Amino acid sequence: MSYRNDPYDPKQAALLDPAALESAVDEARKAFDAASDLDELAALKSAHLGDRSPVSLARREIGSLPPAAKSDAGKRVNLARQSVQGAYDSRLEELEIERAARVLVEERVDVTLPWDRRPRGARHPLTTLMEHMGDLFAGMGYDIVEGPELELEWANFDALNIGPDNAVRGSMDTFYVDLPGLVMRTHTSPGQVRSMLTRQPPIYVVSPGRAYRSDELDATHSPVFHQIEGLVVDEGITMAHLRGTLDHFAKAMFGADARTRWRPHYFPFTEPSAEFDVWFAQHRDGPRWVEWGGCGMVNPKVLVAAGIDPERYSGFAFGMGVERTLMFRNGVSDMRDMVEGDVRFTANFGMEV
Amino acid sequence: MKTSLSWLREFVELPAGLTAEQLDEALTNLGMEVESIVDQAATVKGDLVVGRVLTIEELTGFKKPIRFTTVDVGNAEPQEIVCGARNFAEGDLVAVILPGGELPGGFKIGARKTYGKNSNGMICSAAELGLSGDHDGIIVLGEGAAKPGDDARPVVGLADVLVEVEITPDRGYEMSLRGLARELSYAFDAAYTDPAARPSKGGTAEPPYEVKLEDTVGCDRFSARVVRGIDPHAPSPVWMQQRLVAAGIRTISLPVDITNYLMLELGQPMHVFDLNRLDGGLIVRRARPGEKLTTLDGVARVLDAEDMVICDDTGPISLAAVMGGETSEWQPETVDVLLEAAHWDPVMVGRTARRHKLFSEAAKRWERGVDPQLTLVALERAVEILTEHAGGTVDERVLDLDHVVAPATITLDPALPARRIGLAYDTAQVETLLGRVGCQVKGAGPLEVTPPSWRPDLLAPIDLVEEVARLGGYNDIPSLLPPARGGSGFTAPQRRRRTVGRAMAENGYVEVLSYPFVAPAAADQLGYPADDPRRSAVRLTNPLSEQEPLLRTSLLPPLLGTLKRNLGRGKRDVALFEMGTVFLPTLAQTAPPAMGVDRRPTDAEWAAANEIVPFQPWHLAVALAGEIEPAGWWGAGRAASWADAVEAVRIALSAAGVADERISVAAAELAPWHPGRCAAISVDGTVVGHAGELHPAVVSAFELPKRTSVAELDLDALPLPPVTQAPAISSFPPALIDVALIVDASVPAADVSAVLATGAGELLESVSLFDLYESEQLGEGKKSLAYKLTFRAADRTLTTEETLAARDAAVAAVSSRFGATLRGA
Repeated sequence: MSYRNDPYDPKQAALLDPAALESAVDEARKAFDAASDLDELAALKSAHLGDRSPVSLARREIGSLPPAAKSDAGKRVNLARQSVQGAYDSRLEELEIERAARVLVEERVDVTLPWDRRPRGARHPLTTLMEHMGDLFAGMGYDIVEGPELELEWANFDALNIGPDNAVRGSMDTFYVDLPGLVMRTHTSPGQVRSMLTRQPPIYVVSPGRAYRSDELDATHSPVFHQIEGLVVDEGITMAHLRGTLDHFAKAMFGADARTRWRPHYFPFTEPSAEFDVWFAQHRDGPRWVEWGGCGMVNPKVLVAAGIDPERYSGFAFGMGVERTLMFRNGVSDMRDMVEGDVRFTANFGMEV
Repeated sequence: MKTSLSWLREFVELPAGLTAEQLDEALTNLGMEVESIVDQAATVKGDLVVGRVLTIEELTGFKKPIRFTTVDVGNAEPQEIVCGARNFAEGDLVAVILPGGELPGGFKIGARKTYGKNSNGMICSAAELGLSGDHDGIIVLGEGAAKPGDDARPVVGLADVLVEVEITPDRGYEMSLRGLARELSYAFDAAYTDPAARPSKGGTAEPPYEVKLEDTVGCDRFSARVVRGIDPHAPSPVWMQQRLVAAGIRTISLPVDITNYLMLELGQPMHVFDLNRLDGGLIVRRARPGEKLTTLDGVARVLDAEDMVICDDTGPISLAAVMGGETSEWQPETVDVLLEAAHWDPVMVGRTARRHKLFSEAAKRWERGVDPQLTLVALERAVEILTEHAGGTVDERVLDLDHVVAPATITLDPALPARRIGLAYDTAQVETLLGRVGCQVKGAGPLEVTPPSWRPDLLAPIDLVEEVARLGGYNDIPSLLPPARGGSGFTAPQRRRRTVGRAMAENGYVEVLSYPFVAPAAADQLGYPADDPRRSAVRLTNPLSEQEPLLRTSLLPPLLGTLKRNLGRGKRDVALFEMGTVFLPTLAQTAPPAMGVDRRPTDAEWAAANEIVPFQPWHLAVALAGEIEPAGWWGAGRAASWADAVEAVRIALSAAGVADERISVAAAELAPWHPGRCAAISVDGTVVGHAGELHPAVVSAFELPKRTSVAELDLDALPLPPVTQAPAISSFPPALIDVALIVDASVPAADVSAVLATGAGELLESVSLFDLYESEQLGEGKKSLAYKLTFRAADRTLTTEETLAARDAAVAAVSSRFGATLRGA
């Protein structure tokens, strides 16, 4: 234990010399800064921070110091070690940032390459348009109703005041089948007849769907076509309500400047009746009136056949061709394009119309 | 209905400077569809003048005879004109178009040298001027009609405006000048002269000819007059001919032209009999079934008990109201005529016209309704015009068998028009407007309205409301939205179709809407067995194509046609879907109960009627050919297969809100699918559709690409989606274990999955097949299925022991059920 009182021998503690520590820190910093990548840096780490590094060896020498000097030396060694570690850490961060940036550069791709691995599908524009129309009426508080396409002759004709002698019941206009009392519905109105038979007023319904007439397919006719027809039966319904409804529908379909123009006409199921045109500003051949559909006040005979009191209730009905609407609204010039199922036509419309 | 403005002006004082646009608008707002308004004067451009032929030189040596003429056209020098026609002489007045003019069809006239002569203009025929082409040769004008140099247009009948309108089926009165002029008088608030408002001789006690009217329902009025000793060769006056031609009616002879002219002017169809060809008194009655009549068109017709006929002692001589018979008709040498004007039942005429396919101008008017009070005035006018132009002696006796019932009075609440139209019409306005259409209005509280005889369409108060709205002006009606009453929008099945349609499109399928018409041969081509219910199809009795008279019982036949059309147009990779109804006939073939229209059908009647309506469920079908994923810079493409078809159904079911655990897939054998590559897809154990590859024989029969795959799903058979319950989400970690099982190759993977899931118990979160292979090491008839099992508990982290126990239970279940062994165990 005598050595405790040994005088301090600086030779035994050369590494603790402040200059030596400073130089060790400098060398470490220079070496780290010179490392050009993370691998080189890692290789340098043990030389300057490992067990045999100058700062580690210096720490061991502290024990050889007289007690009075130990605390001071310890502080110096710690500071030196922190400096070396700091130099290492900052270089490590720099190099990691560099590497991350380099990886991003290396991983650059050509984002203009197509990735259409699964071809896009599409809905038929007639379907989409009918849904769009249905949505507009749903927004006005209507229900969307339907009925069978192979329909009771009574619902398609008689109930709508189309008597047995009406020419449209002839085989030139109507498809008949080998079952008695049935026809391919010539309009979607029988769906409305079904509504009147199964619910009480107020009735606000539209019936979109398929209808059939025995016309040969050509550029403007198809034996199978689509309609949307509306029916309102309520107390106090007037032609003004009909006009308001059609005007609102026209605006919703074609824009704020759309409006309707009426021409007196004859339909067995409505009276008074009108055909109506719509002002279509976006027509590809310039703004113009376009024939759009037929409408009128529900004939009291139709209400009677459906069991609705025509004294208490009145109503209106209207209908328009969906193909016709698509033709002028979307510039379809040939009916056959909508019928033939060519995917090039339909794919053009995608999910919207 | 075609006519000329000048004729209309005889009865209504239209504004002098009336433009085509004004006329069009007025007619349209009155409810007529304007087909055309043609200003004839504008159809021939330049100088069309009257000329007098001075000299004619016959040119010979050409293929046809040619004339070189000089014509005085009012200038100092005569005009030299070469002409190919020969029906004129020196001194005749003709119509000449001078160089610089233009004939209809854009034929420009110039001065030119032809046949070795100068020709400065052209002598015109009626056809060249766009008039009737009935007569050969050029027009020779009557002496004194005009002088050389005058505008020839008024003389040849080219100074008028032609109007053609479509009349709606309820307004027969508009099919006459009388009715059209009346309508226009409302539009222009112009003075109107009724051509029928003139005196006529009434029926006499003694008839000019014996007529017996046996059926007063089919014919409620029959009037006739007799004229003897007319000049059979007297021509119709030019003005009459011009008006008939303008109306599109051929001129035939003076007596026939007169009846047509008066039909146009008054709206009363008439008939001319040769008095001397009638054999005994006339009888007007229904035809006897099977009775025969040869009509004017030479067709021998077998009559129906509903047809009305006019008979003499020889039997039927005229198919009433529709067409006369050969034996009694006016002849070119006829000197004694019986003129008939009757009033026939519109329903009868319509049926007779359709039955015999005779849609004459007269029938069109009868069907729409003719004024029953016109017979005598029409006969009076006919007799006048006939004797004026052909002489003869009028028999003073007049036949008039009149059983016409006067129009019933309609009781109208004067407030009803305002209540239905939405525009405040007061009683005075209602009275005025109804008065203008010819109604007699009496009373004040309720109005007692008697419609005029020419308006058989006015029967109920609403008919009067329509007249008030129409004359009051449709475009004055305000625009007002009805108050919203609260609706429910789309129904659940409608929403489901929309969601499914979107899902299919989002997954690469393109929607088509095929016609539902199918050829009978399709059932064989699809390989349906003889007793397959899909063979039982509704048949159209009047199909557009005799090839495709059936209504589809499956969406596939029309869809395959659409697929083929796309392939034929050069598309190689096609994925189509279609949603539509199929038509499945019920076994009952009885007629629905007769349901009237004077009341609602009873619930029993309505139910019975709907019993016979074929079931028409909505189906979804897909068809796939070529590659479903194309080759690209990323690598090779992938051919569409049976698996994509099955997946399509799964996509649809998922979109329809059917949870995976309710769906099961099993192998099935069903035409038209490949027996080894057809899946039956069930929901809650009920088969709802099939998917897979088409049978090679079907592919061949439809000439489709190999491996074409299809699916069809009955959308309406799907349960509506329940209110979806939220799942419990565990925040504890999952435990994943893979198991590879060796089973017989015939064991369906779906069954193994299901048993694994049941065996694993409630700790199992999911099971998924990630590898499938067969090899020699496994042995013949064996396959390896590798599953990833995910376990998780809601309330704790699973221990390894728990997880392994669940895995072992799952494997044990599969082992005991299918004899499966763990691979590597």
